[in-house]
Amino acid sequence: MAAMDVRRRNNITITGRADGPVVVLAHGFGCDQNMWRLTVPALAREHRVVLFDYVGCGGSDLSAWSRQRYSSLEGYARDVAEVCEGLDLERVTFVGHSVSAMVGVLAAQLVPDRIGALVMVAPSPCYIDEDGYRGGFTAADIDELLVSLESNYLGWSSAMAPVIMGNPERPKLGQELTNSFCATDPDIARVFARTTFLSDSRNDLKSVTVPTLVLECSQDVIAPREVGAYVHAAIPSSRLVTLAATGHCPQLSAPEATSQAVLDFLSALR
Amino acid sequence: MMCLTGEEPESTLGENEARHGTEQDAELDAAFTVLLEDSAEELYESAPCGYLSTMLDGTIAKINATLLDWLGLRREAVVARMRFADLLTVGGKLYHETHFAPLLRMRGELHGIALEMTTAGGGRLPVLVSSVIKHGSEGEPLLVRTTVFDASDRRAYEQELLRRRHEAEQARAEAEQARAEAERARAEAERARRQAEADRAELADALAALQQALVPTSLPVVPGLETAVHYHTASPVRLGGDFYDLFRLDERRWAFFLGDVSGKGPQAAAVTSLTRYTLRAAALLDPEPATALTTLNAVLHERYAADGDPRYCTAIVGIAEPAADPGCITIRLASGGHPPALLLRADGQTDFLPTPGGMLVGALPTAVFTTAETTLAPGDTMLLYTDGLTEARTGPRRDSLYGEAALRAFAADLAPAGPQQAINALTGLLTSFGDGLDDDTALLALGVPALGSQTRPTPDGT
Repeated sequence: MAAMDVRRRNNITITGRADGPVVVLAHGFGCDQNMWRLTVPALAREHRVVLFDYVGCGGSDLSAWSRQRYSSLEGYARDVAEVCEGLDLERVTFVGHSVSAMVGVLAAQLVPDRIGALVMVAPSPCYIDEDGYRGGFTAADIDELLVSLESNYLGWSSAMAPVIMGNPERPKLGQELTNSFCATDPDIARVFARTTFLSDSRNDLKSVTVPTLVLECSQDVIAPREVGAYVHAAIPSSRLVTLAATGHCPQLSAPEATSQAVLDFLSALR
Repeated sequence: MMCLTGEEPESTLGENEARHGTEQDAELDAAFTVLLEDSAEELYESAPCGYLSTMLDGTIAKINATLLDWLGLRREAVVARMRFADLLTVGGKLYHETHFAPLLRMRGELHGIALEMTTAGGGRLPVLVSSVIKHGSEGEPLLVRTTVFDASDRRAYEQELLRRRHEAEQARAEAEQARAEAERARAEAERARRQAEADRAELADALAALQQALVPTSLPVVPGLETAVHYHTASPVRLGGDFYDLFRLDERRWAFFLGDVSGKGPQAAAVTSLTRYTLRAAALLDPEPATALTTLNAVLHERYAADGDPRYCTAIVGIAEPAADPGCITIRLASGGHPPALLLRADGQTDFLPTPGGMLVGALPTAVFTTAETTLAPGDTMLLYTDGLTEARTGPRRDSLYGEAALRAFAADLAPAGPQQAINALTGLLTSFGDGLDDDTALLALGVPALGSQTRPTPDGT
């Protein structure tokens, strides 16, 4: 698809050093590219930083969303592939948070020439306990999450959606932006939640051959440490770094440590 | 306004009242002071909502008695030992990590988020949570202050709304499905209707082709003879039981026949077809009309009566050939149970050509047929017809038959008349019967053109 089309569709933001190595930052389930706002300044000093929203999230073009495509992680991986193709990016370091870590693995299968390295932030290839594997959740837990989603529309309203979603020239982070942050059409959020938490991508881990950084938190309910160890063990080319951070979003709770770990990994790649 | 100016007494009264009010305020303040000896600490602990303060990593630093009471927890088990997320259900933890915590970090405050907490007894407590980050003097985040409201009633109400919405969505989906099914059924019915129409058109084409095999579409031109024909079918499928034909035998002679098979519809049409081609073949082999009927009798009897399905017909078969008198035509015909031919002479005289005693064709293994002969002079016309004409029901109650006598009288009024003129008049007669005409009717007229009218008048009279 044409560059302008994908820029608009995925609300692409490009910042940082124009001639630097390219780092693509991908948000996970829940919010949008602004999840990275505290880490972008450190990364942008030496790198060209590409941010985007998956279709259905943040400032993306909601009309491009389809239930069928975005009911599998493959659909999100195609977004990544099309972003890389649309901007003609090669050998990027793809930094994926949460479910996006696995989306990056799938995207590397789709466009191997364009993805040169992976950073998996708080990854989990499978959230549901199964056959001795401990993902940390049961199917009933996921249903509870869906109920929580329904109980909190978080400022999303169908009347406001065009204003929030339709502006390709998003203002720099300001009050309006933070108000719309995490505001997702509940129907789309439900599909993303189910796709995220009911996926099982354990078999895809072994396809990874590029240098990979597994970045986990010391206390993470969603991606516990034994899951981080599982991912690290399944990818021979990976390095595991445990951040002294609590929660599932180290880029927000420990932004300096997170960006430093990514920068260390990036410099080791050269 | 003007009239109120300078009303001193009222003004004085107002000042008195103000003084009085100040005294009352003082008394109230004293009462409030007593009440407010309820300390801030007491207010915090026993507030009608839950309070807790957490470190940035979620560790609970302070929690009020109200929330501990709601959750059935002891302070020692909570403070510095649990994180805020530990108080939540698993689904709530997921929501906290994916939405609540990022939003709080981004905005610095968050209000009215619906979550569920788990109680020590294993129960669930629906709550509405608001959190604010307290920042230090440098703007750095220090801790999180959170209030928790018991939202059991509100949640029950919201659940009811959600349930209603789901019901409405389901009803809409079902209605949409029903509409789609109705649309599919309508499309299917339309498809079936088109197919039926196509089938009917195809059948009509087939029937038309078949009908043309039963009666000729047009009659050949016979030298010295004028011919005219009319066929009326009462059958909705256009397959009649009446038949006629006219064809050449050799240089001089022409054969013709007209008849009526028993029954109607496709079965009768099958008999008609067999009859027509049998008569054509028989007439070519032996030009004696009675012989052709004898052959037809044998064929029909063998084909149908011998199989226990007797079918038969009545028919007149004839041969036309030039007579010794110039311009005259000799007609020799044989009848098998058929109404007699009617002769309309040039002088206006009208008579039947009797052929009494001829038997039905095909009913019995052997049959006897009656032969008659006549000569058509210029201006004479011979009419052959089937009993649809003579057995048309007439009268106000449609309970009497038209009959041969009426036909003869009708023809007598008409004569002299050429074949086409006679057929036109009789077609009009058939139309006048209306629904009294309920059988197939075939009419065939042969005539020698009257002298002086050898050439038909052209429209411009030349």
